[in-house]
Parts: sequence; structure tokens; C-alpha cells
Amino acid sequence: MALITRGFGARGHQRDTRLPPGQTQVEDWPVLTAGATPQIDPEVWEFTVTTEDGNVVRWDWDSFRALGLEDFTVDIHCVTHWSRLGMSWRGVPLDRVFEHVETSYDYVMAHSYGGYTTNVPLDELLDGQAWIAFEADGEPLEAEHGGPARLVVPHLYFWKSAKWVSGLEMIPQDEPGFWEERGYNLHGDPWTEERYS
Amino acid sequence: MIPHASWHVATVSDTRQETPNARRIVLEIPDWPGNEAGQHLDIRLTAEDGYQASRSYSIASSGDARSIELAVDRVPSGEVSPFLVDDLMTGDALEVRGPLGGWFVWRPGQSSERPVQLIAGGSGVVPLAAMVRAHRASADATPFRLLYAVRSPDDVFFREELARESDDDGPGAVRVDFVFSRRTPEGFPRPAGRLTRDLLGELVLLPERNPRVYVCGATPFVEQVLSWLRELGHEVDDVRAERFGGS
Repeated sequence: MALITRGFGARGHQRDTRLPPGQTQVEDWPVLTAGATPQIDPEVWEFTVTTEDGNVVRWDWDSFRALGLEDFTVDIHCVTHWSRLGMSWRGVPLDRVFEHVETSYDYVMAHSYGGYTTNVPLDELLDGQAWIAFEADGEPLEAEHGGPARLVVPHLYFWKSAKWVSGLEMIPQDEPGFWEERGYNLHGDPWTEERYS
Repeated sequence: MIPHASWHVATVSDTRQETPNARRIVLEIPDWPGNEAGQHLDIRLTAEDGYQASRSYSIASSGDARSIELAVDRVPSGEVSPFLVDDLMTGDALEVRGPLGGWFVWRPGQSSERPVQLIAGGSGVVPLAAMVRAHRASADATPFRLLYAVRSPDDVFFREELARESDDDGPGAVRVDFVFSRRTPEGFPRPAGRLTRDLLGELVLLPERNPRVYVCGATPFVEQVLSWLRELGHEVDDVRAERFGGS
């Protein structure tokens, strides 16, 4: 039973059922980053998947996008309590990427330019659940929002959607990434409010 | 790893007007585990009909005390901050979760090898004020500077705490520099105007001193400061930045 705060909420509210608990809908797109914003030129951008024994599958900008871009519309939920509903994106589904990857490992550490890391189980990246996105709201992704390319895993809190993504490392067991080591939840499901560890 | 962050019942023990737009709120939390300077918490408000809203706020105090201070700025179209600034009264109860964040923190007595440069935009001064207060309370020898960009003298948070630093001639005092964007106090050496790269270079520790830099403010302010710091020759990869805005 939650504690009621006197006088709060007198104005009345209609809550959108697409909003997980503790979230508020925003129309703009707030920016949260741990440090400076890296600037990455698509000319030098590359994406790698590293598997057992250090095997690396590598794509450059054109070859990665040639894996198959698609449009998708999803809701995103940030652990700092804002959500954006019905946001339109364009990117390559990770299903296309993993058609070219042989691995027996079940967990993934995403790595970003600038050193950021975040962990996600492999089966939460497949079956149309995750993308490497290049555009949002019909425009190329700006650097402050993770451009030129970011991971998008909309069913988890948005810190899992690594900005400036540079690659995925297959790992045998789940391990904490940057924020997960700093007190955030290893998994991050917004519907059960897995915010903190 | 920070300890498990759980919900605590907090009671408002004092409030006062911080600026015309902001309020200082003192919360008593019997089972608060203490917090470090720079950490934040979540506040959760529940209405009679069960409707809930939560928001994150920086904590303006630090240490083991069971009483903590917040300074909340009113976001005009907001849902939580206008309630906290305008309606909350002494004796009211709400829920808090925390302390949160182990990255944007300063710990006294850790190392005085690197001087500390704090850069605040508007209400982004709150977690930095916690660091200034912790620095004084612990008589830490680390050289500290604060650059505080703010609209006008009326909008300055922590007026007394910052004046205490400016009035202290001792070597341990924090040097506080203000940049007023709209209006300056009488006799202020610079005309009102936004922070510029030149001014930033003038008012922050030189890159050669390898300062530990903390920047907090609205997203555009933080982005601008970070790119200027880079242009001024600072190693921005290890700058600690906290941004807010939008929600």
C-alpha cells in the first residue's frame, strides 16, 4: 500500500495504458549521457560482433546498412521516469546481423565508441526485439542521441539502448555493463520497474 | 555497487523559499542509509485515487544524517515540481528511493592530487553545492572552484553557503565565480551575458592542472560546456556530466 501524499493529484489524470508504472509521457526527447558526446564519422564507423576465441565479424557503414533497413515504431522508456510513445525509427534488426554470426554464448555485452558498455541476454535481442538504428523521427540520428548509430532495445529501460554503438561481444555469462555496475538493474524491465540493483 | 535502493517514507520537516522559483525542502527519513555528495533520489507522490508520479532530484546535502535537503526548481508545465515548490507543507509525507548514482559523486579525503572544478548551469548547482558543503564540512584540502552560470542574482541557490566560501580568505575556501546571463548585482565586474568559451577558459582551472571536472545543468548547457572544454584543451573523456531536461 503506497503512502498517499496530502493534496497531490487533485487535478485529475488519465493514464495511458502504454506507460509502465512510474513513467511520465514526454513529447520532446531528453538526453542523458555519462560523459562527453563522441563525434563519429560514418566514413570510419564500423560494427563488429566478437564471438568465442576472439573471432570477429565486421561491417562498414554501407555493408551493415545493406543487411536490411526497416522502419519500426516503438515506445521507449527511460529509467529517469520519462517515456516517449509511438516513436518512429529506421534501422537494421539484429536478426539480420545474427544470420552471419556463429556462437554458443547466450549473453551479449554491447560496446560503444567512448567506452560505454551494457549487457543484454541474446534472446532479448532477437525475434524483432532489437535494432541498430540510424534514423529517428525521420531524421538521421543526431550525435547527442547516439548517432550515427545506436542500439535500440525498446522493451528494456533505455540505458540498454547503447548510443554510439560500435559492436557486440558474445559472453558466456551475464555480466554488468557501465550503469549496471553502478547500481542499476542487470536486466531493466520497465513493466516490473527493474530500475536499480 | 551501491546498496540496494529501496523506498523510504520521508516527512517534510522544514521548507523555505530558495529563490522566487525554487524551494528548499528538508526531509526526515528515519531509515535513510546516508548519501554521498552528488547523488540523487527518486521522489514518489501518490494521490488519493492511487495515481502516482515519480521524479529524480539531486540531493543538496551529504553524510550520515537522517535528514536531507533538496532544492527544487519549478518547471512551469511540470506535474511534480510545482506541487513540491508551491503546495508541500511541513508535516507532509512522501516516498523517496535512494540514494542513487555512484558516478557523479565527490568523496572527501580521497585524493587531493587533482584539483576539482565544478561547473553549474542554473538549478544544476544542487549536486555541486552538496560537494562544496562536503568539502567544507570535512576541511578537505583539495583545491575547489565553482563556476555558476545563472540568470540573475535573484536566481542564485545556496546564497549563504556560497557567500561563506567567498568571504573566507583561507586556502581551503572554494573559489566561486558567477556568470549572470540576464542581470548582474550592482558593481559586478562583468556585464550580464551568457557564458562564452573565452569566459569559460578564464574562469576554470587550466588543463595543465588536470582538474577533475563535474558539469551539471540542462542538456544544451552541458553539451556546450563539454565542447568548449574540449576546444580549450581539457581531457573531456573523464569529465563527469549530469544533464537534465524534458521531464
